[in-house]
Amino acid sequence: MKITRLLAGSAFLFIGINAMSQGSISGNMESNFQYLNSDEKINAIQPDEKALLNTYFNVNYRNSGFKAGMRLEAYLPRILGYPDRFDGAGLGYRYVGYENELVDVTVGNFYEQFGSGLIFRSYEDRALGFDNMMNGISLKLRPYKGVTIKTVYGRQRYSFTDGKNQYGAGIVRGADLEMNFNQWFPKLAESDFRVTGGGSFVSRYQEDDNSQFILPENTGAYGGRLELAYKKFFINGEYTIKEQDPSQDNGYIYNYGKGLIINAGYSQKGLGIILSAKSIDNMSFRSDRNAALQDVTIGFVPPLTKTHTYNLAATLYPYASQPNGEVAFQADIIYKVERGTKLGGKYGTDISLNFSTAYEPLKRTSGINPMDSTRVTYESKIFDKSDLLYWRDINVNIKRKVSKKWTIEASYFNISMNNDVLKLTNEKGIIQSHIGVLDVEYKINRKHTIRAEVQGLWTVHNKDRGSWATGLIEYTISPDWFFSAILQSNYGNPIKEDRINYPMVFAGRIWGATRVQVGYGRQKEGLFCVGGICRFVPASNGLSLTFTHSF
Amino acid sequence: MKKLSLLIASAFLFITVNSFAQEGDKGLLDKTLPDIQLKNTVGETINTGKLENDGKPMIISFWATWCTPCKKELNAIHDMYIDWQDETGVRLVAVSTDDQRTASRVVPYVDSKAWEFQILLDPNGEFKRAMGVNNIPHTFLVDGSGKIVYSHNNYAPGDEYELYDHILKLTEKKD
Repeated sequence: MKITRLLAGSAFLFIGINAMSQGSISGNMESNFQYLNSDEKINAIQPDEKALLNTYFNVNYRNSGFKAGMRLEAYLPRILGYPDRFDGAGLGYRYVGYENELVDVTVGNFYEQFGSGLIFRSYEDRALGFDNMMNGISLKLRPYKGVTIKTVYGRQRYSFTDGKNQYGAGIVRGADLEMNFNQWFPKLAESDFRVTGGGSFVSRYQEDDNSQFILPENTGAYGGRLELAYKKFFINGEYTIKEQDPSQDNGYIYNYGKGLIINAGYSQKGLGIILSAKSIDNMSFRSDRNAALQDVTIGFVPPLTKTHTYNLAATLYPYASQPNGEVAFQADIIYKVERGTKLGGKYGTDISLNFSTAYEPLKRTSGINPMDSTRVTYESKIFDKSDLLYWRDINVNIKRKVSKKWTIEASYFNISMNNDVLKLTNEKGIIQSHIGVLDVEYKINRKHTIRAEVQGLWTVHNKDRGSWATGLIEYTISPDWFFSAILQSNYGNPIKEDRINYPMVFAGRIWGATRVQVGYGRQKEGLFCVGGICRFVPASNGLSLTFTHSF
Repeated sequence: MKKLSLLIASAFLFITVNSFAQEGDKGLLDKTLPDIQLKNTVGETINTGKLENDGKPMIISFWATWCTPCKKELNAIHDMYIDWQDETGVRLVAVSTDDQRTASRVVPYVDSKAWEFQILLDPNGEFKRAMGVNNIPHTFLVDGSGKIVYSHNNYAPGDEYELYDHILKLTEKKD
């Protein structure tokens, strides 16, 4: 810790000394400011400070292979929805490193991913307040063409308290090898086949701090992956195993964890097809076995669902990955009806279909005594699922440019979500909803465009919060300005007092790489999800101001 | 103490940066493409620092399959790409920031739209971070000598004309 700080310090000195040389600096900054009112109707509370502010400033320096960088962070105090242990201002990220064709060394903080990330992914998603960066050393080697070896060693960021990074209890170590066989064998390179493969190993050390059980202090996880492609077909998969890892997530059982992800696809001009399958059992892997929520995750289990962008489809009933176990499937078809045909019209019509579903994995307990000393509490097989539905989403989207000025897009979603598992609200059982969206764009001229959305959501049997409607109008003046107004209404809530309207207005100005956005209005409480990880954001009413700049 | 050192460090940085901006041809803040090793869609490793277009302009556009404005922008450019290439020789590199959740969608999406752009994959945001990108869409214009001369962090219909004006400026300057 002290050494890396010293190193980072000397790095900046280095920059100063080399004032005449040809290095380059790049970076960005982001500020999010909120001024909140209290609003009893939606249980929005005004914080004592009234105003909240998150700020980040990133600087990266590079000079002929040498690199160094840092990020200053400030939570004065943190904006709504961020973990309450984030506070103060200080250095949240810093590193120095050196890179050439053969080696790439980074000391300090870094992000990295092995394969699909199932057993190792360290990344940042600022919108979620998620950052499990490593603090330690990363060494990458490219000894031959098409061969990459990555090694990582360090602790993960857990929190940012009093302006200082707090790191997780465990030490994470790992290595990954990836080979592109086409770059390795010239004969293969000439053919239409492509083959890449890889393997990784990750281990966590954490002291046994439990008086009840004898916990394994070193837990390993390993996996292999392969991608095969022939012309426009591809199939790839990764299989991973995690050794005994009793944790708060799995109820301190001694089962091995396993995870498999397979994707296959075919594409040609005007058509794309993707099929995916995933089987996950006991794959929650963290650098602290007592951690919960989004804290110090080592592995990343991607959800097999489409990332929806329309407000009602994206925010009301989203799905989050279930690292403890799920069996999931997804199919996607993207099709373009050729232009000039009856169905395609003058410009062609885009159609996309998506189906995704997830089930509880079957856990066989016959012949197993969960109370015995092994604490292996069940047996499971890959893709062995029970009838308990976690999630199902069938959706279709049709987009057609009608004329030079008009574009129309229509979407339908049918989403079923098991609320006993995902626990988004107090409702029991499966909540099924129908969602329809109409999106119309009109180009007034080259610079001025107006766009409107009408959305409706209806739950089957008027379950949970019943029906919702959203209307949105957006006016853009290229390349500098945008204005939008959105009204969301829970008009069909079974409880009359909860039939609340949520109006919001936004305006923004863009100067190249600089952007300012102002918003005012009421926002419902709910889950904000990116990449299958969700953050709960309380209801709010007030002003928000966002500034971003990159240089 | 800690806060003091922080202040000093940032002041130091600020002064250095400023002294650079005023000097010579290539200031410290003149951005070029950093060396990041990314994969293309057939699994080959590409060094982003070595991306070039034979002295002609090049567009680097950050996008993702789930980002509606990004797709609008790239589809709008796709419609005019042949003309742009004929007139200026410009080339577009589309950097997908899709993570593992949607990474397998990239190739089928690109193929189905018949994009002729070079596609690079940045699943863990390494290139995105090195380029100082906050949010996508973010589009950069690189001149013939590798210097980033223009960038825009948004997409509204019509922005493609603004971008093309900047490309034309670059090619006119050369003639």
